[in-house]
Amino acid sequence: MTGKQIRQSLAFSLFGIITVIVVAFLFVILGFIVIKGFRVISWEFLTAMPKEGMTGGGIFPAIIGTACLVIGSMVFAFPIGVLSGIYIHEYLKDSWFKRFLRMMTNNLAGIPSIVFGLFGMALFVNYLKFGDSILAGSLTLGLLVLPVVIRTTEEALKSVDNSLRTGSLALGATKLQTIRKVVLPVAFPNIITGLILSIGRVSGETAPILFTVAAYFLPKLPTSIFDQVMALPYHLYVLATSGTDMEAARPMAYGTALVLIIIVLLINFLASYLRKYLGKKVKMN
Amino acid sequence: MIKAEAKNINFYYGDYHALKDISLSFPEKTVTALIGPSGCGKSTFLRLFNRMNDLIGNIKLEGEVLVDNTDIYAKSTRIDLLRKKVGMVFQKPNPFPKSIFENVAYGMRVNGIRDNNYIEEIVIRSLKQAVLWEEVKDKLKKSAFELSGGQQQRLCIARALAVEPTLILMDEPASALDPISTAKIEELIHELKKDYTIMIVTHNLQQAGRVSDFTAFFYLGELIEINETKKMFINPAKEKTQNYITGRFG
Repeated sequence: MTGKQIRQSLAFSLFGIITVIVVAFLFVILGFIVIKGFRVISWEFLTAMPKEGMTGGGIFPAIIGTACLVIGSMVFAFPIGVLSGIYIHEYLKDSWFKRFLRMMTNNLAGIPSIVFGLFGMALFVNYLKFGDSILAGSLTLGLLVLPVVIRTTEEALKSVDNSLRTGSLALGATKLQTIRKVVLPVAFPNIITGLILSIGRVSGETAPILFTVAAYFLPKLPTSIFDQVMALPYHLYVLATSGTDMEAARPMAYGTALVLIIIVLLINFLASYLRKYLGKKVKMN
Repeated sequence: MIKAEAKNINFYYGDYHALKDISLSFPEKTVTALIGPSGCGKSTFLRLFNRMNDLIGNIKLEGEVLVDNTDIYAKSTRIDLLRKKVGMVFQKPNPFPKSIFENVAYGMRVNGIRDNNYIEEIVIRSLKQAVLWEEVKDKLKKSAFELSGGQQQRLCIARALAVEPTLILMDEPASALDPISTAKIEELIHELKKDYTIMIVTHNLQQAGRVSDFTAFFYLGELIEINETKKMFINPAKEKTQNYITGRFG
């Protein structure tokens, strides 16, 4: 082997080893949580209220709470994010305004989530007087993922071949007809993928719900959007840091972590499945 | 009868002077080939007639473009109606990700036609006109992506015909196709000439010779020569044309 080839093999071996290490860490984390957590997982754990100072019973209200927050934040963020993405990508010509909007959405994505939490508390909880509620929490989480939804919508639209747009316009279609009938159906699978990935993000966030909705201990289910709820990530935080008997609650914490991880992983698998499935379907119609 | 006409056209992309004082008219039910080396402005010129250049920002047009004796750049022009009247076929086949039937029906649907019997009738007629009917009549519900490149291009022609244009712009319609598909498109152009006025941009001089009645030679944004195709290819008036068609540059 020449020097060049040796350097190449060395370089690629190094890249390979690094990649394996990264993936290995993921498996270590998953394995750790699974080993520590699977023993407490039972039907009761998933469907019962917590009891005995959260050292026993289950996490049902936290699961329901997280589901409420996911749905609430998506109802808010999905339409607004998709419409903004369409406006930015399809309607705005290249100008300082477009660059400014892009920059601001990127900046919005970079703001620490605890800041969203504070802002949500100030605006939704106090100023608009929603109180600690599903509504306030959902709006705060919605704001947090808005830039994600806008960016994925833009990326999805960017991947639509421009010749489809010109082809449609050349037949006398308006821009709106072109977007509705040609561009969006093609971009849809990727937009949905973005939506699902942001659901994963929302279900795992703790800081934005800390001051806006999450309850420390609330063994009953919400009846309106102005109720407080427990939520999985915050429940995990509480179990790990501030229970009445933290040692006894430790297995419950691992169980909660496992449930949270499984939910997020399932959501990610669903996203990649839907992208493939819908992608095929679009071509057929 | 003159179907379309350009009068003293100057066209700019920003500071770039892309078309220089071009006047050219297109008699009804004829085929005119626009030839010239890459970047000579022939595609830009073609796209003036359905205002596709409007999609690009920072452009400037001077002069008049007439279709059926109407200034299509007048304020009162409705671009959707103009594009219904002036069909276009692109270089690369660009069928929509829809069924074969829906591809052809698309132009009618976006123009507000709801009558399904009428739509079906026109779809069938257009597919027959584009000489595609026999190949697709049993799979109208299948995706247009299942067709070959040549079939897709004929589908795009059928799609353009379905909105009943009278002028058809073709921007190198056969350059992405194999020789057999190309021959089919050329035959089709011969057929269409009976009912439509056609402008075709092509890099293929033999193709220009085979399909067109008139040929216009563009060079660096100028119209060098326009003549009957036969005369142009046997005895061009200008030396530049002579050099181009004999392959000395291009």
